[in-house]
Amino acid sequence: MSNSSRKKLLLMGRSGSGKSSMRSIIFSNYSAFDTRRLGATIDVEHSHLRFLGNMTLNLWDCGGQDVFMDNYFSNQKDHIFKMVQVLIHVFDVESKSINKDIEIFVKALTNLQKYSPGAKIFVLLHKMDLVQIDKREELFNIMMEKLQNISNPYQFKVVGFPTSIWDESLYKAWSQIVCSLIPNMNLFNSNLIKFNQILDAEEIILFEKTTFLVISSTTSIENELNKDLQPELDPKRFEKISSIIKTYKQSISKLRTNFSNLIIRGSNGSHFYIDILTDNMFIMLILKDKDNHISSTVQHEELLILENIKAARKWFEKIENGNV
Amino acid sequence: MEATLLPNPKDTNATILLMGLRRGGKSSICKVVFHNMQPLDTLYLESTSKPTTELFSSLIDLSVMELPGQLNYFEPNYDSERLFSSIGALVYVIDSQDEYLNALTNLSMIVEFAYKVNPKINIEVLIHKIDGLSEDYRIDAQRDIMQRTGDELLDLGLEGVQVSFYLTSIFDHSIYEAFSRIVQKLIPELPSLENMLDNLVQHSSIDKVFLFDVNSKIYVATDSSPVDIQTYEVCAEFIDITIDLDDLYIEDSNGSQAKNSNSKVATPKELKSISHLSNGSILYLKQMIRGLALVALIRNDDVRILNDGSSESSIGTQERSLTIIDYNVNLLKKSLMKMWENSKLISRNEQYEASEHPSTADLGSDGI
Repeated sequence: MSNSSRKKLLLMGRSGSGKSSMRSIIFSNYSAFDTRRLGATIDVEHSHLRFLGNMTLNLWDCGGQDVFMDNYFSNQKDHIFKMVQVLIHVFDVESKSINKDIEIFVKALTNLQKYSPGAKIFVLLHKMDLVQIDKREELFNIMMEKLQNISNPYQFKVVGFPTSIWDESLYKAWSQIVCSLIPNMNLFNSNLIKFNQILDAEEIILFEKTTFLVISSTTSIENELNKDLQPELDPKRFEKISSIIKTYKQSISKLRTNFSNLIIRGSNGSHFYIDILTDNMFIMLILKDKDNHISSTVQHEELLILENIKAARKWFEKIENGNV
Repeated sequence: MEATLLPNPKDTNATILLMGLRRGGKSSICKVVFHNMQPLDTLYLESTSKPTTELFSSLIDLSVMELPGQLNYFEPNYDSERLFSSIGALVYVIDSQDEYLNALTNLSMIVEFAYKVNPKINIEVLIHKIDGLSEDYRIDAQRDIMQRTGDELLDLGLEGVQVSFYLTSIFDHSIYEAFSRIVQKLIPELPSLENMLDNLVQHSSIDKVFLFDVNSKIYVATDSSPVDIQTYEVCAEFIDITIDLDDLYIEDSNGSQAKNSNSKVATPKELKSISHLSNGSILYLKQMIRGLALVALIRNDDVRILNDGSSESSIGTQERSLTIIDYNVNLLKKSLMKMWENSKLISRNEQYEASEHPSTADLGSDGI
């Protein structure tokens, strides 16, 4: 991974389905409210995002009006669909003409199969907040089944997420999409587990610095190893943390600065440490009080943990730069 | 029927009456400030038909009473005399986006009546919904409203009445700022609180310190340096962030009981959070008594000087100064507790004495 790897992501969907809003929230620090100001995207808007140091995401935000769409599938098709790593197709759940939406999805799949058959396909059912809570899951399942059936002949496996810009589901979807592009995920994971053995933490989570998308966490690794583990805590907590910390970063920017760490002694014996790990990553540790400490030892413990994080920095910097 | 809604005369000081013409935004204010409702959701509020009371228990027990706008309080069946005599502050909401001449006449009528009944009343006017006005027009509107109320009151022969004006909107922090000022006027211990915070600031290299009510984000007291609205916003949001993160890792009660059966965790520990910012400042939060939290912004100038050469020593000094601050804040907390106990004692004494002979209980600054 030493040479910078460029990844091409296509963001497609009918006009008005919320493509540019997503991009602005995840990568440009917009609040959900601010996205009202966005106008229609003309043709393709390119953005280059540095992610984890030497990975560059080329995000092609493709305007969804029919004029542009027809153009993508005829004149520009080799330009658009060549060397694609990821297709993110956005469906508006409130859309009146679902058949038209699916038709375009099929066209995109056809072209992808021809020009970049190795691409990963992600489908976002967007604007889920407009559907009644009890109907969301059903709607999502029906839609996903349909889309999987459609893409079967093209030998693509479709991964879908229900999303909304008004809650943390957007972070969950994007964090999984971006993580699927990280090549040395296993190294991150194994080192995270090692680090956890030293600290005996409740949980350790790694975040990307600018977007605060979750890269990895000890619980998700453990869950993969033995699947029958009972989840005790809020399963949406990673996304919630992402959005809480992003709000914090925005709030701090009023003082024209950024934060370098955050230590919380919780009300029920859990302690939180958020600190910079490398140039591109933040780490969050959650520790539980095992026994009742005297207040003076607590201060020392804090320093000890910060020191441990500092020591771990070297490992993770190495992995990031790819000299392992 | 109204009698039950009237506040108990013993906590005279701590009732705020929220009045104004209909559709002025009174219920929205209550919902946003005391119930953490999103400002946009207040669009769907129904018109209020009955007086409603919000109880709000902080350093003082405060109740906010909201009156429907369309009622006429000078109808004989309404016990307005008793109502006005029992409240500490009258907050009148004027919709600045609407014609406000009617509202001003209504205001001066209410002021005239209220002042006659209770000359000690604080009169506060919120020039509300300013988010829709341009920057220049806000100042004009405020000047115009102040001028007209002054004239009206002069015509009624009430020159001595103190009326305070605030420009507010529920879409930014101005409404919290206004409510903070209003609430502060009702806290008898305020001077000693401010004094304590000033002491803390002097001895701990703190830039700005607030004593917040955690639920409403109203600040009960701050040190005597001027309030910068941005610092306030950052501090208020810091509370939210700390609490939100803390809440994520609270296990459901049955799970934790099974785990903690042998190592009894009885009392919840006090919440504390510290965040170092990249410009060397520190945000510091510590939970105090009765739903209050102390939030401080600590500027550390020494760090920037030391930054180039030896970062180790700068961290050392920072930790040391944090230890001192911790110690000082703990002292503050102790004195807050003492103060709270004393004030309870005094109010009980007052009640007791009042029943026998007029009291002369002394509210002076308690042993700090």
